[in-house]
Amino acid sequence: MASYDVVILGGGPAGYVCAIRSAQLGLSVGVIEREGLGGTCVLWGCIPAKSLLESAYLASRVRHAAEHGITTGELGFDYGPAMKRSRAVSAQNSKGVEFLFKKNKITWIKGTGTLTSPKTVKVGDETHEAKKAVVIATGSRVRGLPRAGLDLNKTTVLSSDEVLVLDKAPKTMAIVGAGAVGCEFADVFNAFGTQVTLIDIAPTILPLEDGEVAAELTRSFKKRKIDVHTNAKIGDVKIEKDSVSFTIDKKPMTVERVLVATGRAANVEGLGFETIGVRLDDRGFVKVDERLQTTVPGVYAIGDVAGPPMLAHKGQREGVVVAERIAGQNPHPVNYGNIPNATYCHPEVASIGMTEEVCKAQQIDYRVGKFPFSASGRARTAGETEGFVKVIREAKYGEILGAHIIGSHATELIHELGVARENEFTVEEVDLFVHAHPTLAEAIAEACLDSLGRGIHA
Amino acid sequence: MEALSPTMEEGRLVRWLKPEGASVANGDTLAEVETDKAIMELVARGDGVLRRQLVAEGATAPIGTLLGVIAAPNEDIAALVGGVAPVSASAAPNAPSPAPATATAVAPEAPAPMVVTTSEGDRVRSSPLARRLAAERGLDLHAIAGSGPNGRIVKRDLDTTVAPATPAAPVVAVPVTAGADYTDIALTQIRRTIARRLAESIGPVPTFYLTAELDVERLSEMRKAMAELGDDYKVSVNDIVLKATATALAQHPEVNAHWLGDRIRQFARVHLGVAVAIDEGLITPVVFDADKKRLRDIAREVRELATRAKARKLKPEEYTGSTFSVSNLGMFGIDQFTAIINPPEAGILAIGAVEAKPVVVGEAVVVRRRMRVTMSCDHRVIDGATGAKFLATLRRLIENPLLLVY
Repeated sequence: MASYDVVILGGGPAGYVCAIRSAQLGLSVGVIEREGLGGTCVLWGCIPAKSLLESAYLASRVRHAAEHGITTGELGFDYGPAMKRSRAVSAQNSKGVEFLFKKNKITWIKGTGTLTSPKTVKVGDETHEAKKAVVIATGSRVRGLPRAGLDLNKTTVLSSDEVLVLDKAPKTMAIVGAGAVGCEFADVFNAFGTQVTLIDIAPTILPLEDGEVAAELTRSFKKRKIDVHTNAKIGDVKIEKDSVSFTIDKKPMTVERVLVATGRAANVEGLGFETIGVRLDDRGFVKVDERLQTTVPGVYAIGDVAGPPMLAHKGQREGVVVAERIAGQNPHPVNYGNIPNATYCHPEVASIGMTEEVCKAQQIDYRVGKFPFSASGRARTAGETEGFVKVIREAKYGEILGAHIIGSHATELIHELGVARENEFTVEEVDLFVHAHPTLAEAIAEACLDSLGRGIHA
Repeated sequence: MEALSPTMEEGRLVRWLKPEGASVANGDTLAEVETDKAIMELVARGDGVLRRQLVAEGATAPIGTLLGVIAAPNEDIAALVGGVAPVSASAAPNAPSPAPATATAVAPEAPAPMVVTTSEGDRVRSSPLARRLAAERGLDLHAIAGSGPNGRIVKRDLDTTVAPATPAAPVVAVPVTAGADYTDIALTQIRRTIARRLAESIGPVPTFYLTAELDVERLSEMRKAMAELGDDYKVSVNDIVLKATATALAQHPEVNAHWLGDRIRQFARVHLGVAVAIDEGLITPVVFDADKKRLRDIAREVRELATRAKARKLKPEEYTGSTFSVSNLGMFGIDQFTAIINPPEAGILAIGAVEAKPVVVGEAVVVRRRMRVTMSCDHRVIDGATGAKFLATLRRLIENPLLLVY
């Protein structure tokens, strides 16, 4: 029986980061992973999707080449090579995690683990002992929408897993679910020439984001001829051999492919939870306390399997915190109120903290500051003037309650405001820092100033 | 200006003991400051040169005022000294002192830039938001424990810190009425004068303390006898003290009262606040109509309220509305202490530990179990003799616990 201080089930972002941090703290670590290291993020999520989004971005940029005096031949947009590039990037990243395992002397146990006691995990015929703790980081998986008649069949009704490896872009595609994943693939396939219909039952796309941001993205998508349907119900789904027909609010429609992007299911099956007493919450995630410990002492859960937000960076931080706890340290708990959201479609959307709708609902006395990228010199040089920075501050003390950015590089820009919030800088401290000119980040300082009624450039 | 006594709001700089330009070391006496209580020494909190004296001898300055600057010989202190107007002695000592720079004077439209004027050289790790909130609420960051990285003070630390005694309870414009549950007593001129003078003297709640040592032999025997009847009859010393206090309060409405600024409200019903320590601090759930409840009910209710208080599950109506409060630190082995009045209540009773000690009974020295109680009284409502009479009643009840069933 192999023995480790910590056995981690799952080598995704939560699990592999937990493994590295544990090893740094002198613990011996075994990670059970059946596929490749890096999990959904590296293999089927963040990394390959962002690679395809970069291809899509280039596709839209190259259309403006002539303005810059660059002559191109006839433009062609072929999804296949972009997909192959994304797979190569993904494989490269997975190898990177493998390298980190070797560097930190972490054992990769290939296979599927099942808990046989709070201290033992069986993989195949072998049992591995965890002397200090077991960490469940089994992640989540794609799922269909059976109640709408949209079971995943991997030919016409697809999940993000399948669209990531399509050889060519379909002529027409309906995307059901306009959250981050839905909006990102709408962007990708639109850029590669697919007629995209984006459908959500919610009143806006990106329903968790600020209303003004969602409205701006809807405008941008419609301008690019993405057919956006919100508050929409689909019915009468008929799946043919090479097409799917259905109705949106009673109007019939037929598409080559449907992408279901309505959420993911936690991987909680076959892990021996019933045997050892790990319980689930009412939404099907592993139930954890504020220390991320499950209902069984010494067994922790992190990442997607431990509940939303299902974001790689949230899982990674949980991995660090749990590793430090297992090593006997007293880490700062995860600040769930300050985890950034990022959607990498174009224009990008990023946010932190509360939306204006939430501030209103909680009857907080707030002020809004906004700055449009159309007024930013740097954005004009890039020819990317869509979007804005919106900062919501508390009226009396200037605390940054929320920040919302839509526009080019929004997912990078949001971090300034995230660090500000984490350190409780108010809008004034953000403005006090002299922002370099010309940069997109100036828009953040301007939005903060605008919230004080002192904007310079707008 | 440092707070050199707990009740000090301002200090008079009596005499500088170091001239400008003098080298000073951490701990050196810089000046003499007259507080509300005594003349105290103001010591340096860092090494360097006393570059500037910003407050003249004889002048009075509120806590937090920049008195002077200690810095390196060549350090640029213009920014520190720039906005500060020197305080001269010519200002009449009784004139209203200038308000310290806080965000209060600023319209909510635009938060004011913070000017941190601390007279101490040591830096407090704190977030800008925490500094702004502390200035607004009049909290001293030096007195707050930070929960951020390396003890940095952040917003949540201020949310768990209670502001220092604020100027008396807000005056509610309600006509003087006599309702079913209480009687409002209009203030006589002498009562008004007593209130004003005492408040000026000692702080917003002019408190004095009465301590009595009670014999709890019989009370202990009663508890023991009850416990022998079975677990159902177990009550704590505290439960009996609560019952006795409630009974005594019912007989002394002059103590079971609130100070409302323009009048005193005496209550006919006894709602007893019971201080409960919780992780975040302290909360006082209320046993309503405690004088009318049986010992068993009080015991059960206090246990239940304390459990939910610790789980932070109390509803606001369960910790508001008390007419008088009791705080017990006996279980921590504290012999005697003074509790702080929870305004607008007029008093609070602090219960110490039960302790066996030699006592003279008649001519003999015998070992008796004793317990010290200290009552904090708001002198605007309760005079010394009034409080003493209440404690005499309490003593009779506690030393003769059978009276509680009478």
